[in-house]
Amino acid sequence: MANTVGIASGQTGEHGKKGLLYWISSTNHKEIGTLYLGFSVSMFFVGGIMALLIRAELFQPGLQFLRPELFNQFTTLHGLIMVFGAVMPAFVGFANWQLPLMLGAPDMAFPRLNNMSFWLLPPAAILLVGSFFVPGGASAAGWTFYPPLSVQMGPGMDMTIFAVHLLGISSIVGALNIITTIANMRAPGMTMMKMPMFAWTWLVTAYLLLIVMPVLAGAMTMLLFDRHFGTHFFNAVGGGDPVLFQHIFWFFGHPEVYILILPAFGIVSSIIPTFARKPLFGYRSMVFATIAIGGLSIFVWGHHMFTVGFPAAVQLFYMYATMLVAVPTGVKVFNWIATMWKGSMTFEAPMLFSVGFLLVFVLGGVTGVILSVAAVDIQLQDTYYVVAHFHYTMVAGSLFALFAGTYYWLPKWTGYMYEEKLAQWHFWLSMIFFNMTFFVMHFLGLAGMPRRIPDYPLQFANFNMIASIGAFGFGITQLLFVYVVVKCIRGGAKAPAKVWEGATGLEWTVPSPAPHHTFTTPPHFE
Amino acid sequence: MANSSVASYNSAGNIAPYFVPEPSQWPVRVAVSLLFMTAGAATWVNSGQAGPFLLACGLLSLVLVLFGWFGNVIREGQNSLHNAQVDRSFRLGMAWFIFTEVMFFGAMFAALFYMREISVPDLAHGLSAQLWQGYSGGWPASGPGLHSTVQPMSARGVPALNTALLLLSGLTITMAHQAMPRGNFRLLIFGLAATVALGLVFLLMQATEYRHAISELHLTLSQGAYGATFFLLTGFHGVHVAVGVTMVSVILVRSLLGQLTPQHHFALDAISWYWHFVGVVWLLLYIVVYCL
Repeated sequence: MANTVGIASGQTGEHGKKGLLYWISSTNHKEIGTLYLGFSVSMFFVGGIMALLIRAELFQPGLQFLRPELFNQFTTLHGLIMVFGAVMPAFVGFANWQLPLMLGAPDMAFPRLNNMSFWLLPPAAILLVGSFFVPGGASAAGWTFYPPLSVQMGPGMDMTIFAVHLLGISSIVGALNIITTIANMRAPGMTMMKMPMFAWTWLVTAYLLLIVMPVLAGAMTMLLFDRHFGTHFFNAVGGGDPVLFQHIFWFFGHPEVYILILPAFGIVSSIIPTFARKPLFGYRSMVFATIAIGGLSIFVWGHHMFTVGFPAAVQLFYMYATMLVAVPTGVKVFNWIATMWKGSMTFEAPMLFSVGFLLVFVLGGVTGVILSVAAVDIQLQDTYYVVAHFHYTMVAGSLFALFAGTYYWLPKWTGYMYEEKLAQWHFWLSMIFFNMTFFVMHFLGLAGMPRRIPDYPLQFANFNMIASIGAFGFGITQLLFVYVVVKCIRGGAKAPAKVWEGATGLEWTVPSPAPHHTFTTPPHFE
Repeated sequence: MANSSVASYNSAGNIAPYFVPEPSQWPVRVAVSLLFMTAGAATWVNSGQAGPFLLACGLLSLVLVLFGWFGNVIREGQNSLHNAQVDRSFRLGMAWFIFTEVMFFGAMFAALFYMREISVPDLAHGLSAQLWQGYSGGWPASGPGLHSTVQPMSARGVPALNTALLLLSGLTITMAHQAMPRGNFRLLIFGLAATVALGLVFLLMQATEYRHAISELHLTLSQGAYGATFFLLTGFHGVHVAVGVTMVSVILVRSLLGQLTPQHHFALDAISWYWHFVGVVWLLLYIVVYCL
């Protein structure tokens, strides 16, 4: 077994047959990464179809296709599935594929737990999607599960609670694995301050997960107890308070949105230097900015709750703390631009998506600063302005970075080049349709259109029509992405070891596709 | 038996710098067990007939799977596959896992703090006081809509004794922990057995305390702020004691079988950290829930 020299135990390398049994029992970071990414894409389409149903209903004023209850179920499950089923698993998939390659390790620190983190996701998906088919349907309380609504829902809410518990266990175990891998599996000579930015951003993300996922589990447990065991945590009758839930939820929820964006920063920080053919500008400041964003994210949750009746001093605290987040984020944006400054740039698909990310993510960030102003937020709370804001950060931020990373590393993973022209079409169509869908929502929100409502007055009709057309365009464009990826997996031009001229890092020193357990002996790292 | 500087060997007989476990079905079995447990629990809380059955099946299967999985890991350790790097990984993993447990209890303590310091006083003052006339707030509190008074759990008696028991058990497990590297086998066994015994007595005492609370003080989960936070905090702590007792018992049996050596005993280290964590949580609980 020449290809497994250096690995203890009976790893059979690539000789085993690849049936179902092979995939469910894998302890290989690349295979588990592939499972994560495949799961993520399927959930992306499940959540996407819900989004399109929502947009179909909102195409015109009046109730066309969906009953209001079902509409609310779709907004709730769309959010939950996209956050927990699509974006988070996609980043974990990237971490699985890339961290061992980048750090010079044979695999993750706990390969079996790695497998378990993945296989907890399908049961959670079964509970979430299955909840549509129980009496009362799926949870319609919004992805934030605010009581009292979430206390009043039917059995679908319980399935959602347990699904969130499973997702939480998966995230915690995954985060433990990533922290241990980064702390303990780096190649000799790779000190912390020589690690690729992607590893740094994931390290901070993993710590955020350890801090907030158990707290979410606590909130979900109390919710379950309020629903079935007679407690009054979130009910004034028994001395509780619905606002208590909001505090606990957003203590999780705000770091959660940074969990969804920090690995995206890492991906973009890998790609921009490659295509600018310059090293990353200000590596140290990038590292400290990442840590600062992670640290600040824990203390700003109250900006989601400006309308619950805080004292002015509390509002001011959360407002200023939130604005402070813009500083390290600004450092990052400055560094990315400075990296490109006077670089010999080319615009292959990964770079297109990265530059596109920069443009639209900054827009989402700026609307975030606007929303951090308590006086403004009280007006805009629960309007489409907020919907526009977080879709600019989630879709154009996280999702565009995921596309960028996919095109960037796909040749390394499959051994074949993807079709550049189609990928560039994918970018331009995504960019146009994304802005068509979400830019107009700013105006809708400023004009007062509330979110999570299936109907609206006539004056909102034009912008909603534009947004719905954009959404369907965006959805159909993503089929192109699947086509490009599947085509690349099945074959194409052979990819060299160093796929991109300006790329640096250990992953480009190994052949494409990367061998089964890449580094069976510690690589030499300078 | 392995010694601490052992190297790992791959199937070709060469010294391997890394250990990567072979493909395993244990993880997916855990996932299936948890699917059964969660689906069963969701059915049960909605009075579905099959609920308890599904939950029990899932739980039984989880116990069996964990038994098999841990057994697998133990055998790997005995076959000298766990090199120094794997050992470090285990330690990091366990330490940060305990950190997540701290955060979980943090959420519970935060709920207690919020209800006691913010929501209950708020309901008794200002605008809310007009809505809930005659509600005085204060602690222990039921709730303005429940029209019942709540007697606080006494800090003396059972809880004080339980505090002493857990502190003592922290001492006995440290004894065992210290005895191990010195090869003092008798002290090791004694320390572990004493810890298991103290943990079991703790759980029994807690059960009597619960019975007293429910039947004589009429304190239940549905008795508002005090009852809910009291039972949730002490209950989840009790569950952790039960898990800890189980783990210490496993270590005790493994020690009796001679599976732990003065050089190779990560499991003992891990369980002693965990046990101390459970003890510290109890100390905080005792001060915050019973004394203050």
